[in-house]
Amino acid sequence: QKVSVEVLDHLEHLALVDFRDSEGVERLQKAIQFADQLHEVNTDGVEPMDSVLEDRCLYLREDDVTEGNCTKELLENAREKVEEYFVAPPGNIPLPKLEERETFLRDS
Amino acid sequence: AALNDGLRSQVSAALKEGRVTPTELCQRCLALIKSTKFLNAYITVAEETALKQAEESEERYKRGQPLGILDGIPIAVKDNFNTAGIETTCASNMLKGYISPYNATVVQKLLDHGAVLLGKTNLDEFAMGSGSTDGVFGPVRNPWSYSKQYKEKSVPKSHSEDEEPNWVITGGSSGGSAAAVSSFTCFAALGSDTGGSTRNPAAHCGVVGLKPTYGLISRHGLIPLVNSMDVPGILTRCVDDAAVLLGSLAGHDPKDSTTIQDDFKPFELPNLTDVSKLSIGIPKEYHAPGLSSEILALWSKAADLFKNAGAKVVEVSLPHTRYSIVCYHVLCTAEVASNMARFDGLEYGHRSDMKDSTESMYAATRREGFNDVVRGRILSGNYFLLKQNYEKYFVKAQKVRRLIANDFVKVFRSGVDVLLTPTTLSDAAPYTEFIQEDNRTRSAQDDILTQAANMAGLPAINVPTALSERGLPVGLQFIGRSFQEKQLLTVAKWFEKQVQFPVIQLEEIKRHDNGVLQHQKSASFS
Repeated sequence: QKVSVEVLDHLEHLALVDFRDSEGVERLQKAIQFADQLHEVNTDGVEPMDSVLEDRCLYLREDDVTEGNCTKELLENAREKVEEYFVAPPGNIPLPKLEERETFLRDS
Repeated sequence: AALNDGLRSQVSAALKEGRVTPTELCQRCLALIKSTKFLNAYITVAEETALKQAEESEERYKRGQPLGILDGIPIAVKDNFNTAGIETTCASNMLKGYISPYNATVVQKLLDHGAVLLGKTNLDEFAMGSGSTDGVFGPVRNPWSYSKQYKEKSVPKSHSEDEEPNWVITGGSSGGSAAAVSSFTCFAALGSDTGGSTRNPAAHCGVVGLKPTYGLISRHGLIPLVNSMDVPGILTRCVDDAAVLLGSLAGHDPKDSTTIQDDFKPFELPNLTDVSKLSIGIPKEYHAPGLSSEILALWSKAADLFKNAGAKVVEVSLPHTRYSIVCYHVLCTAEVASNMARFDGLEYGHRSDMKDSTESMYAATRREGFNDVVRGRILSGNYFLLKQNYEKYFVKAQKVRRLIANDFVKVFRSGVDVLLTPTTLSDAAPYTEFIQEDNRTRSAQDDILTQAANMAGLPAINVPTALSERGLPVGLQFIGRSFQEKQLLTVAKWFEKQVQFPVIQLEEIKRHDNGVLQHQKSASFS
């Protein structure tokens, strides 16, 4: 089964990364095909494994402030900032719809 | 003293006795880095800070107060570890110009032990790849391409063309680190290992590559690929040196909650002479399709070596081995999709000029910053994490992961101490041949023998074994029980002593008769 354009569009929205060309879409198709081999394995009664350290307790430290006050260092790597703020373009504006977006998918 | 014990008995001794100074060592390494620039192993060379660190080390030696074996030792770090004040790029446009505000814990530990940080080494972009060919700074060349051993075996081309088209890859993704250690520009290097990224280039470059147990060494400051599998890797010229590095790096880190809280005691490796109590497992599924007959023969010879020395050598089965790569493919892309979400241009790294909206700025930044490999994995990962696919792919892969991990548990429970397997399917491929297949295909092929250890979180090590018919290094892999690095390394060291892997003969490298930069050569194994 080929992945529908709706799903591809949805993926571009979620990932905020685009399928640059037909090769990108092909790559996904091949990746899915490859992953489908998993279904050959019988996993009845098997619990999913999140971590190889699942039998241990996670380390929890005391809720004490031990570091911080590094605003200056953290801002140094940002390209656009004002005083102690990172500057972002206006939010709440969704990515243009497929028909209006510059994406390879528009023509497929 | 053991021939192999490079850092402890050769270099450290020379430094303590004043036969060589830290600044001399540092300068020699820096000069060598310059003369081996064509290898493209380094992305950033931190010359000034390295010399300063060397001077400080020298002061300590003069006062008779060195910090330990690593004091004054030049080391290199893969460019996906944060290093304060030094650019950290992950070989990606996304992080070009990014100056880390902090040191990764492992980097800090090395510096606290007095090590001299020479620079950051090249890799595949964001550690995604098995060739060290897909970074924005270009591919890394395997130093063995320029060795006498390889050139002797090469079919001579017409006199006009030099070895340019013939050079072989380092393997990856920690290729820069492996090349740096292999070409003597540093004494040890840090890599990372998620699917084999330390062991694979170690095998191709003829160096020791250790993947520690997941949870033993802190990942704080290692830019993550797959949080549940990543580990910092150690690359050295001998097993003893790997133990020294491990000793300085392992242990709980409050900044990395996935490090275990058990006390870690650094150890020196015993010189094993009696292997009769050892049980070596040979997993039959590692006789994978595509395994070269040469490596198969070496593997078999190694098994015989243990048998003839009195060890118990048994064939074992890890039935889900062949699904490890598929499982990895799903889990890796899923975790990558999540991990790469932090790169949006706002706080650090590349930022697009697009200003229309936050989302379009993010999209443009990521379009400009990531290469095809990274973007491909992000998109695949997002696909597997879609609501309609989550159970079918992601959770399914997590179940298969448990089966893979259980395979190992069963085998170790049956009395096997250490597993012996090949590390790679063949020796290093020429670059022109390697790039004919795409990154995902190559990774799927090359990670087959190394990936399962990451899936199960087990420690594993590549030990250089012999030269192939083409004159290139071939290594074998030992996989140990969780947190049993001492046993694993002890066995590896015994094996290393038996095989006496030859020293690389690089015409461009001037030899040093006091043996400080290399080890003695003896009869080889193959």
